[in-house]
Parts: sequence; C-alpha cells; structure tokens
Amino acid sequence: MADIKNSLYNIRLFDELSLKKTPIHNLHPLIKLLTTIFYLVMIVSMGKHEISRLIPFIFYPMLIFVLAELPAYQIIKRLLFIEPLIIGVGILNPLLEQQLIAIGGFEISKGWITFLSIFIKYNLTVTACILLISTTSMLQLSAALRILRVPRVFVLQLLLTYRYISVLIEELFRMYRAYSLRAPQQKGIHKNAWGSFAGHLLLRTIERAQRVYQAMNLRGFSGEYHAKSIKKLNSSDYLYFAGWSLFFVIAKIINIPILIGSLFTGVIK
Amino acid sequence: MFQHKLEVRNLHFSYPHSHEIIKDLSFTVSPGESIGIIGANGAGKSTLLMLIMGVLFSDSGEIMVGDICVTKKTLPLIREKLGMVFQDPDDQLFMPTVYEDAAFGPRNYKLSEKEVENRVLNALEAVGALHLKDKAPFKLSGGEKRIAAIASVLSMQPDILIMDEPTSALDPKSRRKIIKLLNSFTHTKLITSHDLDMIMESCERTIIIDKGQIAADGKTSEILTNSVLLDSCGLELPLSLQNCTVCGSAKV
Repeated sequence: MADIKNSLYNIRLFDELSLKKTPIHNLHPLIKLLTTIFYLVMIVSMGKHEISRLIPFIFYPMLIFVLAELPAYQIIKRLLFIEPLIIGVGILNPLLEQQLIAIGGFEISKGWITFLSIFIKYNLTVTACILLISTTSMLQLSAALRILRVPRVFVLQLLLTYRYISVLIEELFRMYRAYSLRAPQQKGIHKNAWGSFAGHLLLRTIERAQRVYQAMNLRGFSGEYHAKSIKKLNSSDYLYFAGWSLFFVIAKIINIPILIGSLFTGVIK
Repeated sequence: MFQHKLEVRNLHFSYPHSHEIIKDLSFTVSPGESIGIIGANGAGKSTLLMLIMGVLFSDSGEIMVGDICVTKKTLPLIREKLGMVFQDPDDQLFMPTVYEDAAFGPRNYKLSEKEVENRVLNALEAVGALHLKDKAPFKLSGGEKRIAAIASVLSMQPDILIMDEPTSALDPKSRRKIIKLLNSFTHTKLITSHDLDMIMESCERTIIIDKGQIAADGKTSEILTNSVLLDSCGLELPLSLQNCTVCGSAKV
C-alpha cells in the first residue's frame, strides 16, 4: 500500500517542485524544453565508445540542481528506479563485444566500454528529463509545445493523461486499502480477485475521469486548454539557450577531458 | 445583477435500460431565490442538477435559463450563467494550484489575463481563501477544498449557483463556515443536500423530490417542520427540530 501512496507522492513531488521560484524556474518553458531536447540529441549522438566526451555533460544537470534548488537526494532516489532497466539494456554488451582494448595498462573488452557509455547516457538523459519536469509545470510545458505548433489534440492528451495517472493511482489506493483491511493475512491481491479488481478499477477511474471532464465542461472547456499567457522571451532566455548550446557543441566537437589532460601533461613536460 | 429566472417545465428523464428517474417535474426559480432540493437517496436530485446543467438531456420537457432553452447548442451560454459546485471537490480541482483552478473557467471564455486575475482574486477574496491561492489543491483540508471549489465557480461570475451537497463530509466548523458563506451570496441558489439543518438556515424555499416527482414545494419553515410529509418521503425532521435525545422532550 505504501508503494501506491509513494507513486502518488512522486507525481505530486514533481508538481510541487515545478512551482518553486528560482532563476531556472523563471526561465521561459520553451527555452528549457529546447535546451533539454538539444542536450538529449547531443548525448544520444555520441559514439558508443566516447565515454570521456560524455563527462563534461554532467556539468549541465549539476548546475541545474544547484540553481533550481532541487532536492538532489529525492531526485537521485527516483533515478535509481530505472537502474535495473539500464543494466538490463546494456549488460549483454560485454558478451557481444569481446574485442580487447588497453586502458591505463589494463586490458578490458570493448563491450564494457559500451556498457558504461550506455549507463552514463541513460542516466544523463533521464536526469535531464526529470530536471525539466521539476522546473517546469505540465501546464507550462504544454504551452511550450503549443508554441512549437504541436497539434492541440496531442497536447491535451498529454495533459489529461497526466491528470488521469493520479486519478488512477488514487482509486487504486482506495480499492487496495479496502481490500487489504479485509484480507490482513494476504500479501498483495489474491489471483482470484485480479480480474474483478482490475475491472472495477477501470470502471471507477472511467467514472471519476468522466466527473472531472464534466467539471471541466461546466466551466466552459471546449477542447482546448487556455494556459496563462506565458511571459515573452527575454535576453536572459536567449542567453541561457545560446550558452548551453555552445557548451554542448564544444563538448561534442572537442574532447574537453583529454584537452585538459594534455594541457596539464604539457605543462608538466 | 442576478436577473435570470430558471424554469423547469414538464421534465421527464430515464437512464438507458432503466425506469423513469424524473417524472413530469416542473418548478420556477425566481432571481435571488435560495432553494433547497431534498429527497431520499435515488430520488433524482443529482440527476435533476445534471439536467439543469446540460450534462444530461431530458427525454421530454424543457429547462429555460432566462429566455434560453438548455440545448446542446446553447450550452456555452447556459454554463456562463450557471455555476455548479460538485459534491466531491476533488472532481473539480484538477489544476496545480488553487489560483490556476479558479482561472480555468474565465480563461476558457478567453478573457484578458488582467480580467482573469481580477476575477480570480475577487472570487478567492469572497470566500476568504486568498491565502490559499498558490497552494496545490491536494494539500488542502476538506473544508479548504470545498471553499476553493466554490471560488473556482464564483470566478466565472454566474447568475445562478447550483450546489450538490455543499456541506457533506465536513467537520462542524468547516460546515458552519460554508453555511455562512452561502448565506452571504446574493446569487440565485439551488442546493441539494441531506443536511436539512443547513437547508433550514440557507434556503427560504424547499422542494422535496420523491421517486422523481415533486412531493412538496413551499416555504422551508413549513416543509421542514412537517414530520408526516418528511417521513412519507423517506426523510426526517432536521436534527435541530428533533426531540431531545436525553429527556425526549419535543421541540416541534
């Protein structure tokens, strides 16, 4: 039961975090969205053995964490949930790519490098997405998508799905609480009850979603959500996007860690 | 300001594959009137509200808001004049903050952001909830949620307020606050409730619905003191009028 409640808490945590007022939260949502997309593209486009080039990209989430005053522990904890998935995706690489390479006097298979690269890429991209929704509310994101001319039906679908998830979890929590109080000896839901439980959950959430939809209709909703007109782009927004884009491009073209390393070794020589 | 009268004429309604829920219902609500609609569970109160709001459509009969008949075509106009507060405020509050929720309606009518802000702040001030404006609805108490839901309807500046069980599941203090709030509104009000004491305090006229029909329509002071009538409709005297539970002495 605690898990279900935690899921609800998790969704609401992001909602709450996105309402903070920090320099990052105050940026135009379109800029944050575009910066995140650019960051994702840059990371995904890295070669599978280019681990050293990925290192400077850690700087981006680190700075956002600090400037947006986000609770790193809470967010990293959520990041840990996807680690098994990442490991599942990459774990076969050491077996498939057994060609050996030497690093610092040690010989390891290229597969391990690929695995590490996948691991870092996944973590950085997921962190960037979590940071985006922690600093930008779903409403602001929707407004940004509309500016990008994403069809309103998709944006609305996104908003309503986001709302429906919490409705579903709330109903699930209520049903599971009622079930577990009458089945104290059981762990989870007995398989005999799975069918009726799932059926009832579906019916209840549909009913609830209909009531929410009715409440929206009764207040003049006609298929498009009219968000608060978001502020216009200003110079700090442009500067933010230009600054990060420049950094990402430089980090992609120039191997910064190697460059710094060679500078140091050059000085020492 | 609130000059629209509401007329319900010979209304009939039945759900698919079900018996008739509303049978030949007719009544008129004059501007500024406050009417309590009471009845046992399943009597048809909530269905009636849904019909008035245009969520459901009658099999026959008509509902007039001012000169406008409630039809699919006139819904946007109707819903500008009628504001409904749901029984469960969680159904109504779905935006990230109370302010955004109260702004949802006015923005749908494409008002300027300045006008939206004015309306939202006025509505929140009217219900004494300005301090809640930046709070997330799920963080509010039951009473606060109810107040926020009322504000989200008031911000649309409706002529007629329709409320489904406004005091259900509230603690005594929150209930008292809602009653005071309702009594302070000058809107035309249509309130369904099982809280007959609240109806006594807030509505000068009461309609009893029994099995989809009007069993009584008249002054609240007369209807809610008629124990025989109430009993025949599956109701009881308001608690404040019932005999003393300690000594049994009669109040009516």
